[in-house]
Amino acid sequence: MSQAAPITLGEVERFFVEEAALLDEWRLVEWLGLMTEEVRYLIPPLDAPESEPHNTLFLVSDNLVNLRSRVEQLLGRSSWAENPRSRTRRLITNVRVLEADGDQALVTANFAVWRFQMESTDVYVGRYRNRLRRTGQGLRFVERRAILDLDVLRPHGKISFIL
Amino acid sequence: MDAEILKNLIVDDKDRGVFRVNRKVFTESSILELERREIFDRCWLYAGHESEIAKPGDFITRRVGGRPLLLVRGKDGIVRAFYNACTHRGNLVVREKKGNAPAFSCFYHAWSFDTKGALIGVPGEDAYTDAFNRAEMALQQVPRFDSYRGLMFVCYDANAVSLADYLGDEARLRIDYFLDYGKGDSSEIAAGAQSYSIKANWKLLVENSIDGYHVLSTHQRYLRKYLPDIGLDPGKWLAKRHPGTSRGRSLGNGHAVIETLDRGTPLTATAGEELAEIRADMVRRFGEDYTHRAADYQRNLFIFPNLIMISMWKTLRTIYPVSPDYMEVDAWALFPSGDTPELRQRRMENFLSFLGPAGMATPDDVAGLEGCQLGFAAREAEWSDISRGMGSIPTGSDELQMRAFWRQWHAKVQGIGGPVDCDDKAHEEDVSTTAEGSNQ
Repeated sequence: MSQAAPITLGEVERFFVEEAALLDEWRLVEWLGLMTEEVRYLIPPLDAPESEPHNTLFLVSDNLVNLRSRVEQLLGRSSWAENPRSRTRRLITNVRVLEADGDQALVTANFAVWRFQMESTDVYVGRYRNRLRRTGQGLRFVERRAILDLDVLRPHGKISFIL
Repeated sequence: MDAEILKNLIVDDKDRGVFRVNRKVFTESSILELERREIFDRCWLYAGHESEIAKPGDFITRRVGGRPLLLVRGKDGIVRAFYNACTHRGNLVVREKKGNAPAFSCFYHAWSFDTKGALIGVPGEDAYTDAFNRAEMALQQVPRFDSYRGLMFVCYDANAVSLADYLGDEARLRIDYFLDYGKGDSSEIAAGAQSYSIKANWKLLVENSIDGYHVLSTHQRYLRKYLPDIGLDPGKWLAKRHPGTSRGRSLGNGHAVIETLDRGTPLTATAGEELAEIRADMVRRFGEDYTHRAADYQRNLFIFPNLIMISMWKTLRTIYPVSPDYMEVDAWALFPSGDTPELRQRRMENFLSFLGPAGMATPDDVAGLEGCQLGFAAREAEWSDISRGMGSIPTGSDELQMRAFWRQWHAKVQGIGGPVDCDDKAHEEDVSTTAEGSNQ
């Protein structure tokens, strides 16, 4: 049996662009569909961006149960920080495939996410470091890690949407 | 600000049970100037934890009360607090947030200092006269520096009371409860600090951090959605609070606490067995009575003017004003050093599910406080009400603990020295000011 072709840069770029559209359009249930069962959604602390969540206090370290709850909370009425909802606009660039092995790949991309709400503007800048798996339905997240370059969350104050 | 106006900023009618705060206290820059002078320049302020500088040469830098500080454990093992400003011309001597160094060199003219602050290098020193004295040019230490069980505090008023007297017996006891509920004798700041901001007056976060009343409404998504989603029953959180199991208390000197019989958290659900072992070990060390008070209650502890310690997440939080409508918040986890790796992970999951700028609760607090600040622009709507529980024994969802803060604050900004009665009128049933009274 021949081994599957490795995940390509073009595949990853198309996937990221489609994912960004789902998030900016608040199609979060569809976005959840991009997760594998074992997914981790991670945002490391700003002062320890290269750390791991088992021994470092992250900003977000969601398994699928937490992430599903987070999404449903965001789509409900009592996530006050997102009521009214933010407008976001994501620019995803500099996509690279760091490792590709069989049906899995470790990929990275730069991001700039603008957030607009209550007459305020905040910009979140960083990079994604994601583990992807190719499935019958397309690429899926095994790990989705958003590593912010910000020194402190000022004046942002919060990350109340999916980064 | 005129003394009469200042006096009338707070209405405190203990007989009628009315407590109101004029919203000018959140918007006027003249008030912030007073706060800087009478509170942040005079009170003991939390600066860091000794575990952050555990080894000789370890250092951290941070702003405390507006001053850039350098906290260092010297080669002699002694911890010192310096102003992080070169004695030559003022440049920040250390630009990193933390690290370990044998000495510190200011890049501007390359003066260097050892870990005890002594000036050890001056390029071209022969150009100075005999009046130049290295000892006089050592890094300047803050006027007062002291620790309580690893918590380091500074004070910029050389004449202030001791840290122990400032904290007082009641607040120290609550700090002990916080620190003693865990394995081992020491605690440590976990890697991963949270530094964020809120576009609101700093006192709103003081209130919010000891406000049990907002929890059901502001955090309903956490209680009614998240807890059930992970299989936990929020019933104890949703139930009405009674003085027998939930109290708000003034602890003197403006310090205050909410203490409520444990209502269950993701931590108690996922680490119940290990916590039970820790509790059993505490009973052997401290006895059942102390252990009950330390381990079976959740506490939101406020140390005047700006330190919050919340036991169920083991978090420490400081709050500083930048302008009347903008504050900076720094938060850490202070966990028992004896945690197993598994328990440590459960503690962190518990912490970040609720707390922090990306938690499932803190962003809603941020949104709420920013909403209050926006509301204060309605200048004709002058008063905020903080009267809950004035006519009875206050529970944790009443507001005595906030009134205690405001009474101390009000005395301080008016320049009134000495002890302040921060409590409500005593109630006959309320014979105890310690947690023993709520054991039943």
